[in-house]
Amino acid sequence: MSEGISQADRPSAVEGHAPDLFAKFDPLIAMREGLLASGITDPFNLVMEKVLSPTRAICNGRETILLGTYNYMGMTFDPDVIEAGKNALADYGSGTTGSRVLNGTYAGHKEVERALREFYAMDHAMVFSTGYQANLGIISTVAGKGDYIVLDIDSHASIWDGCKLGDAEIVPFRHNDIEAMEKRLRRIPEGAGKLVVLEGVYSMLGDIAPLKEMVAVAKKHGAMVLVDEAHSMGFMGHHGRGVAEAQGVLDDVDFVIGTFSKSVGTVGGFCVSNHPKFEILRLVCRPYVFTASLPPSVVATAATSIRKLMQGSNKRAHLWENSKTLHTGLKRLGFQLGTEEPESAIIAVIMPDLERGAAMWEALIEGGLYVNLARPPATPANMTLLRCSLCAEHTEDEVQTILGIFAKAGKAVGII
Amino acid sequence: MDRAQVDETIRTLIAPFNKKGVAIADSTGFAGDLEFDSLTVMDFVAAIEDEFDIIISMNQQAEIENFGQLVDAVTKMVVK
Ligand SMILES: Cc1ncc(COP(=O)(O)O)c(C=O)c1O
Repeated sequence: MSEGISQADRPSAVEGHAPDLFAKFDPLIAMREGLLASGITDPFNLVMEKVLSPTRAICNGRETILLGTYNYMGMTFDPDVIEAGKNALADYGSGTTGSRVLNGTYAGHKEVERALREFYAMDHAMVFSTGYQANLGIISTVAGKGDYIVLDIDSHASIWDGCKLGDAEIVPFRHNDIEAMEKRLRRIPEGAGKLVVLEGVYSMLGDIAPLKEMVAVAKKHGAMVLVDEAHSMGFMGHHGRGVAEAQGVLDDVDFVIGTFSKSVGTVGGFCVSNHPKFEILRLVCRPYVFTASLPPSVVATAATSIRKLMQGSNKRAHLWENSKTLHTGLKRLGFQLGTEEPESAIIAVIMPDLERGAAMWEALIEGGLYVNLARPPATPANMTLLRCSLCAEHTEDEVQTILGIFAKAGKAVGII
Repeated sequence: MDRAQVDETIRTLIAPFNKKGVAIADSTGFAGDLEFDSLTVMDFVAAIEDEFDIIISMNQQAEIENFGQLVDAVTKMVVK
């Protein structure tokens, strides 16, 4: 090797002081250190030492009411669900050690896809290892080079990452703005393929999308429509199929994305569709192909849970009651909320800033209540939010206890 | 419409977003000089799209870092 080449391989400028690839995280590290230096408990380092039920756990040695788990229907400790999981674990082992398209499709994977087809009354269902991967896979595969994806600016990270993974042109519009969406669809060049991506419930503020109008506009412009119903499955719409069902437009939705990690009470993601060529996605969708399938116990618990959710109308009614009681109570206490009226099972409490948000979170956890702290940049308009998600298993008394803890903490921190 | 007219129109459109009154030159950067966050970018892009009846995808925006590049890109879309 010549002298010249070996020198070019090691430019002198870099030697000794190569840039630290972690330098870009410095502002975030500083923000965290600043927050923790004020003596506050790290809100992103909580450990559930024991879980007693869908609504109770032991945190820091204290029994805590869970109000930030998205365990909407309380299926995690359902005896039938647990039993199905135990049986599958015993009969099929702890894991599949393989992709769905190789050795990772067991009877249980077929069964959970059947349960989904029945739940949604749709022709096709495809189960992914997480909801994140379902969005990643479907969005990046369905919309290709030269196609356009029109999406809400407040879309979930998994939707944005699906856009980033694919080759389509990405066009966002202002949150829930029907006119802004229509203008963008209208300007897409003739002949280009179009995919509109929406969510039923937006999980930051707990508000819902005007799907009736938006789906109609999308169809008028010849676009396919994907709706992420992660936060509505199991309790919105007559059959619990989500906001699209509740607003009567499910037949016009081409793809519904969902997750097993919320109402279903386990882990996994899916897409259901009536598209006649849907099954080809199993061969071309990389986040489906190049990862191991869900463990047999997980698909067994999911299938059992989904079938039970088909009969969940009493629980649904109680969940709505809880949501209304909490919303009314918090509003009356003087908290600022994400929506004027309760629109879903998520109630977002808007904090004046990150410092007081973290202080409020700490006061709540010390009072025996867990909620979800959301901070910039994950939040719309850089808000700090305490996100509360209700469970059908929260009792009326528990909701009153929750309001009491909020009142005490809010006064102590000086927010109300 | 020529480049000068596009330049003038975008200069008017940017005013309400230019909160600090930064002097606009071709080399003025949206992230660095004007400190636009993602919401501001979306609203500013929407204002331009509505004015010229065009679409500027995020993929195209990724190539546009300063005012001059934006005027060039829009001119190319408008003068066909
Ligand atoms: C709207 C939305 N889509 C997708 C996901 C991803 O779901 P999963 O937890 O199954 O990856 C979530 C949950 O984080 C979500 O809120």
